[in-house]
Amino acid sequence: MDDLSNNRATSGRTEVISIKGLYKSFGENVVLDDFNMNIYEDENLVLMGKSGSGKSVLIKCVIGLMQPDKGKIEVLGKDITKLGQQEMDELRAEIGFLFQGSALYDSMTVRENLEFPLRRHRNKMNGNRTKDLVMEALENVGLAHTLDLMPAELSGGMQRRVALARALILKPKIIFYDEPTTGLDPITAKEIILLMLDVQKKYNTSSLIITHDVDCARVIANRIILLYEKTNYAEGTFTELSTSPDPKVKAFFK
Amino acid sequence: MPGSFSIAANASSFFTEIGALSHFAGRFFKELFSRPFEFREFLRQCYQMGNKSLVLVAITGFILGLVFTLQSRPTLMEFGAVSWMPSMISISIVREIGPVIIALICAGRIGSSIGAELGSMKVTEQIDAMEVSGTNPFKFLVVTRIFAATLMLPILILIGDFVALVGSALVENVKGDVSFLLYFNQVFEALEFSDLLPATVKSFFFGFAIGLVGCFKGYNSNKGTAGVGKAANSAVVFTSLLLFVIDFIAVFVSDVIYG
Repeated sequence: MDDLSNNRATSGRTEVISIKGLYKSFGENVVLDDFNMNIYEDENLVLMGKSGSGKSVLIKCVIGLMQPDKGKIEVLGKDITKLGQQEMDELRAEIGFLFQGSALYDSMTVRENLEFPLRRHRNKMNGNRTKDLVMEALENVGLAHTLDLMPAELSGGMQRRVALARALILKPKIIFYDEPTTGLDPITAKEIILLMLDVQKKYNTSSLIITHDVDCARVIANRIILLYEKTNYAEGTFTELSTSPDPKVKAFFK
Repeated sequence: MPGSFSIAANASSFFTEIGALSHFAGRFFKELFSRPFEFREFLRQCYQMGNKSLVLVAITGFILGLVFTLQSRPTLMEFGAVSWMPSMISISIVREIGPVIIALICAGRIGSSIGAELGSMKVTEQIDAMEVSGTNPFKFLVVTRIFAATLMLPILILIGDFVALVGSALVENVKGDVSFLLYFNQVFEALEFSDLLPATVKSFFFGFAIGLVGCFKGYNSNKGTAGVGKAANSAVVFTSLLLFVIDFIAVFVSDVIYG
């Protein structure tokens, strides 16, 4: 796989996500303290950090599943802490989310899983258009034949692909990937990484990817942020960080 | 003293749980009357709860009628009051035994299923995925299930009562040579509106309790597979207890109203 972590200038580009001074705690346990981050248009930003360092909490704050205690989060120019429910739902239609365990609805077929966000956000869409979009999304991940299968009948890798198809079905501007390769064998993980690159090229999305997988970060990241000691500890390209003299940074790339 | 601390802690935890459950019920009523209505999911839940519990309810009702009649027969014969059998059985089954036993069976079947399903959806982030898809998960998952359980329980209980009376009639037909027509004539002569109405009203509350507690336990389950099992188990235990409390209140109120 090509090393795509070449330097890409980020200045002068449009910010799609801007986080300033984010603070989040659970009782006495402070998870994020003065965390700052920007994601630019068409950029793949990888967020790395130890388990339990608050990466998933951060992503849930950005999508509005958790409320930050302090700080400002702007997504596509909108301050999400000030949005009402309907505005938040409209904004979420612009964001795709690939959950760590795929999070496909067990009681629904693959088709129903993909139709679900369409029915929510595009109520007036007719049946044929819905069918076409579902087929298109499944063909993009190479799983058109799984249309009427239940999630339990799919392998882990296939579930992850279907979940990606569901995340893409509304053609979002931003995609969040929460540990996209965790629990997959190296070959399937590589397929998922290539699929993520395809998606980025095809839909021109900006992506925030949470991962521990150094290979995944190497291939996909335009820029990497290390979440360490509750804040953005280090930032740079894969090459910059992996050759950093700081032992704490280096430890992530061994 | 550790013992008294433990009792105080348990009491505090119990009342906290009751408070949280009341808040959950309040949110249900608030969301029930606000748009959008998840009618399709509501119908799917009615089908899941009604259709899939039907055989269990019918078998339970049938055995209930058989056993109750077989057990009561010798005593009534001793007093020469076997002819009272249809009246006695119908009133006891319709008023009390049918609703309570069938509600307990449904607490096991429906309550545990809701608790486990919502618990596992929470653990596997399906509830978060739903919210990200622009759906209010409380409305889609909780409101539909509670409302479906509230409406389906009275229907299941009526069916269970009828099958129990068929079981009872079968025993009377075999043992006492009483025809089905005669048996059911006596049943309908004995039953009054005041027997049926409180039992039906009570059934709605039973259904509401089963749906509410199942959803509450599942929706608030802790992370991990152990949390899913605990949600299913505590949904059944807590609902069973609640059913007896509701039954007591219902009997007390109907006694005040009908004397």
